Amino acid sequence: MSTTQEHPIKLASENLELYYGEKRALHGINMQIPERRVTALIGPSGCGKSTFLRCFNRMNDLIPGVRISGRATLDGEDLYGRGLDVVELRRRVGMVFQKSNPFPKTIWENVAFGPRLLGTRKRADLDEIVQRSLQNAALWDDVKDRLQSSALGLSGGQQQRLCIARALAVEPEVLLMDEPASALDPIATSRIEELIHELKERYTIVIVTHNMQQAARVSDYTAFFYMGELIEFDKTPTIFTNPREGRTEDYITGRFG
Amino acid sequence: MIKLSPHQRANFAFGGISGTAAVVILGALAFILVDVAVNGLPTLSWEFISQNPREGMTAGGIFPAIFGTVLLVLLMTIAVIPVGVITAIYLYEYANQEAWLSRAIRSAVYNLAGVPSIVFGLFGVGFFIQFVGGNIDRFFYDGQVLWGQPAILWASLTLAVLTLPVVIVATEEALRTVPREHREGALALGCTKLEAIVRVVLPQALPGIMTGGILAVARGAGETAPILFTGAAYFLPHLPTHGNDQFMNLGYHVYVMATQSPDIEATKPILYGTVLVLLLVTVILNLAAIAVRSRLRAGRA
Repeated sequence: MSTTQEHPIKLASENLELYYGEKRALHGINMQIPERRVTALIGPSGCGKSTFLRCFNRMNDLIPGVRISGRATLDGEDLYGRGLDVVELRRRVGMVFQKSNPFPKTIWENVAFGPRLLGTRKRADLDEIVQRSLQNAALWDDVKDRLQSSALGLSGGQQQRLCIARALAVEPEVLLMDEPASALDPIATSRIEELIHELKERYTIVIVTHNMQQAARVSDYTAFFYMGELIEFDKTPTIFTNPREGRTEDYITGRFG
Repeated sequence: MIKLSPHQRANFAFGGISGTAAVVILGALAFILVDVAVNGLPTLSWEFISQNPREGMTAGGIFPAIFGTVLLVLLMTIAVIPVGVITAIYLYEYANQEAWLSRAIRSAVYNLAGVPSIVFGLFGVGFFIQFVGGNIDRFFYDGQVLWGQPAILWASLTLAVLTLPVVIVATEEALRTVPREHREGALALGCTKLEAIVRVVLPQALPGIMTGGILAVARGAGETAPILFTGAAYFLPHLPTHGNDQFMNLGYHVYVMATQSPDIEATKPILYGTVLVLLLVTVILNLAAIAVRSRLRAGRA
C-alpha cells in the first residue's frame, strides 16, 4: 500500500494481521519503514499503533491469546519465522516504553544491564559503554557525578532518557518508542524530541505518539492508523499538509480522535 | 438526661463489645507472658542455657534442646525456601493462571496450610522415615537401619512441608508487587524469561520472600507435633552431628517435662525456664531474619 523509494527499507510488514483471541486488532497491514529515519505512528486510542509497533520486537508474544498472520521483517528476515532468536531480535530492536521503567538499581547498573547480559564483564569496558550511552541519551552531564546512586532518584524526564541510554547500550539498529514523552512535562518532552532528532543519524526510529505536533516535529514519515487499519502512510509534510484520505485530514485537524 | 435512639444504643453496645474483646485478647497475652517471665526468669542463668540436663531433668540446663531447636529450624529454612520460592515462581510467572494444573496446585497449597500439624508428623513418619529413609537403608546399607528411623533431617523436612504454604503464598505476593513494566523492560533488552526473573524480579521480591521465611521460622520453631515421631528425643547425652541423629527440642522438652516427669514440682522451675527460652529463641530467630531482610532492603538502590 505504502512504499518509500528514497531510503533502504529497515522494517516491513506484509499483510500483517493480529488477533487478541477472536478480536482482530490489525487488519492486513502493509508498510515499509525506511532506515535511519523517524517514522511516527499516529491515530486515536485503540487504533492498533502500539500493537503494530510491538510486532517488531515480538513483545506481543507476552500476551496470552495473541495470534499473528502475515509477515513482519527486519532487513528482509521474517521475524515470526522458524528459528528466529527472539533474544537476538530484541538486542537489535530496542524499545522505550510509555511509562519510564528504570530498574530499582543504580544508574550505572541500569545502563550496564544489557551489555552484562550479553557477556561484557570487564569493568573498564562497561564504564566506557555506560558513559557513551549516557552521552548519546544526553544524560551524561546530569548524572556523571552520581552514577552509583539510585535511578529512582532521577526526575521523570531523566528516567526516560536513562531508559533510552539503557536501550542504546546494547547498540541496537532500531529503536521502538511507545509514546515516550506522554508522561513528561513540556521541557522534558522537548529534550526527548531533540534527542530523537540526534539519534536518527544512527538508528531507525519508530515512534508512537498521541501528540500530532510531536509527530510533525520529530518524524520524517507518518503513518495514520484507524480501527486497526493503516489508512495512510507518507512523508510527514505530505500527511500534515496534503493528506490523500479524508479520514486522515479529519483526524489531524482534530475533528475526531 | 439524653435519650438514646435504638440505633445509637446498638452502636454504643457494639463499641463496648468489640472493645471488651480486644481487652480480653490483650489480657490473655499479657497474662501468659507475665506468668512465663515471672516464673521463668529466676531459672534463667548461663548454666541453664549452656549445660546438659542432670538428675532425670530435675536439675542442670537445657543446652541440647536449644541447640536442637536452632539446628532444626535452620535445616528447615534451608529446605523450605528454595522449594517454596521455585513453586511460587512457577505458579506466578510460568503457569497459565486459568489452567486446571495451576488451580489444583494453588488449592493444594491453601489446603496444606489448614492440615492439623499432627498429620504432618504422621506424614513424616510414613514418607520420610519409612519410604525415603527405609529405601536408602535398603539400597545403600544392606538393610541396616541408619536412615529409616527418626532423625533431625526427617524432622526438619517434615517441618519444611508444614511451612511450605507460608513461603509460597508470601513469595507469590512478593512477585505480584514487582511492576509488569520491569519485566517488560528486561525482556525488551533481550533477557530470556529466566534472566528477567533472576536479574530483575527476584532482587525486588527478596524482602517479601524473606518475610515469608520469617513467618516460616516463627511457625516452625514453635511446632512440636510434627517432630514428635520424626526425630525429637526425650533425652540425649550428646548433640546431633549427623543428619540421621536424633535431637532434643525445646517444645518437646516442655511436653516431656510437663507430662512424663517423675517429680512435677521439682521440674516446674525448669519447665518455666524452658518455655521462656523457647519464646526467646523464637523472638531471636525472627529478629535475625528481620535484620537480614532490612540489610537486603538497604542494599537495594
